[in-house]
Order: sequence, then C-alpha cells, then structure tokens
Amino acid sequence: MALDRTIAPNIKDAVDFDIQLKPCQKYVLDNGVEVYAFEGGAQEVMLLELVFFAGNSYETKNWVAPATNYLLKNGTSTKSAFEVNEAFEFYGAYLNRSCYNETATISLHSLTKHFAEVIPVVSELVADAVFPEKELDIYAKNQIQQLTLNLKKADFIANRFIDEYLFGIDHPYGKYSSEESYNQLTRDDLVNYYNKFYKEGKCIVFMAGQFPANIESILNKYIGTLPLNKKDIVLPAHQIVSATQKKYSVVNDPSSVQGSIRIARHFPNRHHPDFAPAQVLNNIFGGFFGSRLMSNIREDKGYTYGIHSYLQTHIQQTAWLVSTDAGKDVCTATVSEVYKEMAILRDELVDIEELNLVKNYMLGSLLGDVDGPFQIIGRWKSYILNGITEEYFYNTIHTVRTVQPEQIKDLANTYLKEEDFYELVVY
Amino acid sequence: MIQFDRFELANGLKVLVHPDTTTPMAVVNILYNVGAKDENPEKTGFAHLFEHLMFGGSVNIPEYDEPLQRAGGENNAYTTNDLTNYYCQLPAENIETAFWLESDRMLSLAFSPKSLEVQRKVVCEEFKEHYINKPYGDAWHKMRTLAYTQHPYKWMTIGASLAHVEQATMEDVKDFFFQFYRPNNAILVVTGNVKTEDIKLLAEKWFGPIPAGVPYKRNLPQEPKQLKHKSLDVRADVPMDMLMMTWHMGGRFDASYHATDLLTEVLGGGASSRLYEQLIKVRQLFSSISCFHFGTIDPGLFVITGKLVKGISMSVAEKAVLEEVEKMKHEILDAKEVQKVINKTESMICFEDMSIMNRAQSLAFYELLGDAALMNEELAKYQTVTPAIIQSTAKTIFEDSNRNTLYYYSKTS
Repeated sequence: MALDRTIAPNIKDAVDFDIQLKPCQKYVLDNGVEVYAFEGGAQEVMLLELVFFAGNSYETKNWVAPATNYLLKNGTSTKSAFEVNEAFEFYGAYLNRSCYNETATISLHSLTKHFAEVIPVVSELVADAVFPEKELDIYAKNQIQQLTLNLKKADFIANRFIDEYLFGIDHPYGKYSSEESYNQLTRDDLVNYYNKFYKEGKCIVFMAGQFPANIESILNKYIGTLPLNKKDIVLPAHQIVSATQKKYSVVNDPSSVQGSIRIARHFPNRHHPDFAPAQVLNNIFGGFFGSRLMSNIREDKGYTYGIHSYLQTHIQQTAWLVSTDAGKDVCTATVSEVYKEMAILRDELVDIEELNLVKNYMLGSLLGDVDGPFQIIGRWKSYILNGITEEYFYNTIHTVRTVQPEQIKDLANTYLKEEDFYELVVY
Repeated sequence: MIQFDRFELANGLKVLVHPDTTTPMAVVNILYNVGAKDENPEKTGFAHLFEHLMFGGSVNIPEYDEPLQRAGGENNAYTTNDLTNYYCQLPAENIETAFWLESDRMLSLAFSPKSLEVQRKVVCEEFKEHYINKPYGDAWHKMRTLAYTQHPYKWMTIGASLAHVEQATMEDVKDFFFQFYRPNNAILVVTGNVKTEDIKLLAEKWFGPIPAGVPYKRNLPQEPKQLKHKSLDVRADVPMDMLMMTWHMGGRFDASYHATDLLTEVLGGGASSRLYEQLIKVRQLFSSISCFHFGTIDPGLFVITGKLVKGISMSVAEKAVLEEVEKMKHEILDAKEVQKVINKTESMICFEDMSIMNRAQSLAFYELLGDAALMNEELAKYQTVTPAIIQSTAKTIFEDSNRNTLYYYSKTS
C-alpha cells in the first residue's frame, strides 16, 4: 500500500504527558548556608553556583554591584588575576560570574575529577578578593570602550531606554551604565561592597551533575567555614517611577537601514494568578516561531528576521515586551501590525485548534526543559529565589492544560491594550 | 564514549541512532552535505536562503512548523560554508511526526512563490541586521575576499551581496534542491529515548521511497599557496580601531588540525591565555582580543582580532601581536601550558556531549567527515599533541607571506 504522506502520524498530545520536576536534595552547611543539589547526568561533569544577595538592588552608587561581581576574580592576597584564571583553566574549569538585580552569582563548571582541585580557589575568591587598583583601571577603561561601541547599536539603546521608561533610571530594573559611572568607581566602593555582600554576605548554593564521593565534606570545608549568613541582609525598597510619555522615536544613526522596535507594558510577578495563563496568551501572541506576530510580520510580510514577545522574569515586578528589528521603511507598519494583533486577541476568541497547538508546544518544550541535571537545578534555583514551591510547577501545567479561549480573550482585554504600552523605535 | 548504530537505506541515506533512555525526548537531525562553498559564485547566499525555504511547506504538508509544534516539538537549522543542518527535538513518543515532516521535505518542497518572495525579504533583513546595521559588520566579508582568491570560502554564508539573494528565481531554487537535497547527500541522526529497530522501520517507511539523486561530485577550486602578505585599509564610522589578522591553515583532515586548535587556545582561550594577559592586561594595547580558527573542512583561516585601546596606534598593536606570534615559533611551550589547553579541551568535549542535541549534531558532523566513530577518538588525538608539534605548527602557519591583515580604522579617531 502506498504511503499517504498527507496524513499526519498519530501523536500523543503533550497535554497528556506526565511531566515531573525531579526533586532536588537539600542540606545545610556548618555555617548555615543552604545547598540544593541535583545529582545525575551521563557525563562526569558538574556545576556549582553560589548565589549571593548582591545584585544591583543593594548598591547605592551606580554600577558598584556589577563591577564588584566582575572583578572579584581579578586577584586575591596570594594570587594575581592571571594566577586565579590559570588555577581554574589548568583543570579545564570555567569560573563565571553574573550580576542580576536581586542576586549576583559565582558559578563553576568543572570536570567531576578536578572539582576538589578548584573548589579551594572558589572559596578564596569569596574570602579574600583584593580588587587591585590597576585591575579596576583596566576594567573601567575597557568597559567604556565597549560601551562606546554598544551605543552605536540601535538594539542596545532600545533595550536600555525601554527599561528606563518602565521602571525609571534610579530603579535597579531601569538603570544602566554610563562613561561617568565607570569613571566614578573607586577601589573602596568595591571593597566595601564585597565585604558586606560577599565576604560576610548571604549565600545559597546550587549544584548539579555528577559529584565526587565526599561532596558534602568538601563543601563544608571550603564553603561551610566561611563567615556567611551571619548578618541580616535587607533588600532595599525601590520606587518604580515610570515615564509619563508613552511613545518615542530616537535617531541614533541617520544612515541606519533598520529600526529597533520595543513595545512594553508593566506586568505583575509570578505570584499573580494571571502569570501562568498569560504565558499561554503570550505564546499565541509572539512567544514562539508559530506565533501570530511571527506568522504575520515575518512569515507573511517579511518585514523582519524575527519578532518576539515575552514576559520578563523579574522578582519584584515584570514587564510584557515585544521586540524586533525591522527594515527602516517598514517600522511604522510593523508597529501597527503589532497593535492589530493585540486587537484581534481582544476581539476574537482564539480558535481551539490554535490554542491546543500552543498548549502542546508549551508542554512539549517544558518536558525538554526539565531534562538534564543543569536544567533541573536551574528551575529549582528560579523557584527558590522567587519564593515559590514545586506546587507552582504543577499548577502552571494544570493552567496550561485547562485554560479556555474565553479566559485568553479576557486576559487580552486586561493586558493587551494599546494605550497601556510604551512604544519605542530607535533608528 | 558515545555508542551508536548505523545503517544505510537503498537510496543512499545514511542513518545513525544513539539511544539514551535517561531522557523522555528525542532529537532528529538531518545534515545535508551542501554549504555556501557549493554555490555558484554568481548566486551566492543560496544554501542559506534554502535553509529558510525549507520551512515554507513541502509537497504534501502545507506547513512544517505547525504539526511539529502540535507534537510538542521545536526545531531550527543552520548553514555553514561546509554544510546545512536541520534539527528538531520532541517528546520521543511523537518521533514519527519528525520522520513524516523531514521525509516530505526531502521528497520535495512545495516551491510556493509566496514563500520565496517572503524569505528573500526575511534574509535581506537578516543581512541588514547582522552585516550592515552593525559596527564592523562588513569586516568578515572584506577579510574573506582578501584572504581567498580562488576557494569559495571567499564569500560568507549570507551571500557575497544582497543582490544575489534578491535575484534568486524559482528555477534556481528547484535546481539547487534537486541537486543537493537528495537522500544520498544526507545523514540522518536520531538520538534520545528510541530503539534502533524502531528507527529502522520508520526510516524505511518514510525515507525509503525517496529516489536517490545524481551523486554530487564536489570539485572546488583550491586556494593556491599565498606568497606574500596582503592587507587592506578600511575606514568606517566605528568608535575604535580594530586589527584583524588571518593566516591560512590546514583543513579538517590535516595532520596539524588538533595542534592548530590547541595553538588558538594557548594564544586566545580565556583570561589566562597569552594574548589576553600580555596585550590587554600587561601592555594594555587592546580592549578586547580573540584568537580562533574557522574549523572548516577545507583549509581555513587562523584568526587573531582585537579592538585597540584609544590612543594606541595600529602599527604598535600589530607589532605586539606579531611578537607574541613569533614567540610561538621560537620558544618551546612549557609542558604545563600544553597540559592546560588539553585539559580545557577535554572539559569542553564533556560539557558539549551532555545534551542529546549536541550528540546528534556531532555524530552527523563526524559521519560527514567519514566516520561518526571519529567523535570518540578526538580527545586521544589532542592528547598526543606535544610542545614540539605546536611549535612546528606555529612555524608553518605564522609565515609572514601567509598573513592577511585588515586595518579597520575609526573615522572619528
């Protein structure tokens, strides 16, 4: 019998998959630092992440938090920056650090067999970073050059401005760097910040992969003896000051051939009951390749290489954004198509076929997202830092499975209203 | 050690299966043995444009993405100068959906005029976003044209010019498809929670009936040995000067390949590498610098490129890079430094192999090179590299007559 290729094979609906978030282990080190660990994976590798409550929400002078985080591996009292780097790289380990709004991290990727060789150096960075003046000078100079380069890019400018409109230039979510902020950094700023928020700061450890046999005692020796979690670290309250003007057009480079478009509104954080169903609406709108924005603006009109909408994942308050780079002559048309798609979502019930496709897509991706040790611990980390439990995972799945077209339409009427959005085009 | 099974269909499609029961997912990866290097010099950008057209519907299925998403899957693709690779990941229970979709677009595309028209525009926007509307966006275009006189690596995958993409016709598209997108020019790799027996049945069912094409005999013009240093001055509206140097190097099959790879690590891999330490930290001549190589199948380029600190002259910066390069030729590396880059490589390989997606792509790539089992021999090859081999490799590559330099000046500085 000839194969009929017009008929799709049977599928199991992803809504019927039994998706589990595998549990992680928790224990507490001698100094009270909590460790969340997920052991697994076929490769003999592991990830260790120290999360400090040291994000830019805690800084009182612009850019001290990111600079401290960046430079804490640039020298200790016994090792130069070069020697610190070599201590990791010799064993094929990668030491990264990242600064976010509430937290700042030090993360180590290492072969399991070399973990015991490199963890002492991680410990040294938390206890004994010295921030040499010369390292700060080089950092500031090179960051200023990098900034000058980035300021030539429309998308970079657009990302900064849209956050500023939403949250205000003094809010941790809205602030950004400037040449001045780099120039004003002093060694004392970094040392003081480091002492308070790292050396004697508040820390949580996340770990995944294959662990060496005596992992707990190794961690206790190198992390459990540090003077962490002794003092109360209080998150300062920051007022959100949003711009009053809603629409902006900025010319950064008159010869530019494209414009960077950002359209954004405020949105509550994950604790709000609308957060999970809004993820479904967002996917229909612009959250994946098959979304309406992609289908209309890229696949039908060819105005852009890509257009996406997404919910930011800030802890305090988030935002709903549409982001794209489009040809200069079609930027206006692109913006009006975005609003047109919002109107359709407000006015018409989403077709049940389309809704089911989005549900399947979301749950299928989720199944893939909670596969693999680093992914699993990443999700646990996000839950713990956001103050949510695994119940949230299963509630979200339940919401995605059961949300109905009427609810999607109601959400669109609440959140996808043109007048609530900030709009920016940078040419 | 990545275990796999291998079989071939009567139409020449090679199939590799790597079962991994620890995951609920599966990956279906198809590599087509066609890259930008196989393009007509007058119609460049085609392999990549094609990658876009492959999502515009096939002969029996109007939409590629929709049924895959309905099955809980995600997909993407990329084009290099050497190959085009398509991959999708979906719950293993729905794997047949991927076979259905992939086999239909191998059978034939829908060749819809609308899809061609729209994707031409999309690719033009991609071209603008990455290569025009971006500082230094044209640097690679200029460097490739400078370094290669004959070999088709002289153009980028996006194409030598926007006009080539804009002028693509449906005839061109069909010819390209039926020349290259045939089962005997492809490698199918399946990884994840699958059984080889099941994959055999699915492969026969969906791909078996697709007719083989005329075997593609690749006969590309080879690049003659470069006899003298070539350079080009560029002035553009960028905030700082950039220096970009390349040297011709051996291809993927060259005996020096692994030593060359380690050489880039010694010079530019991470914050303890030589260029970073000497030129950014100690001498403060560059604000950023990197060293890497193309990793191409045919002879590629060894690259050192960096942005200069404001106030540093191009000649001072160039001299400093060359001094570091000369050291590699004249001094033998410490065994510890070589051990470091070998350890880093070991680590990189282990981390890469974590996901079934990467394993699928690596298996396909090594099969393209001749044998997927080569994937498991890579680390051993790196481990045989000695300081003396690195030195002799450096001597061969870093001949001044083998060098190409782009002096990219800021108009404002």
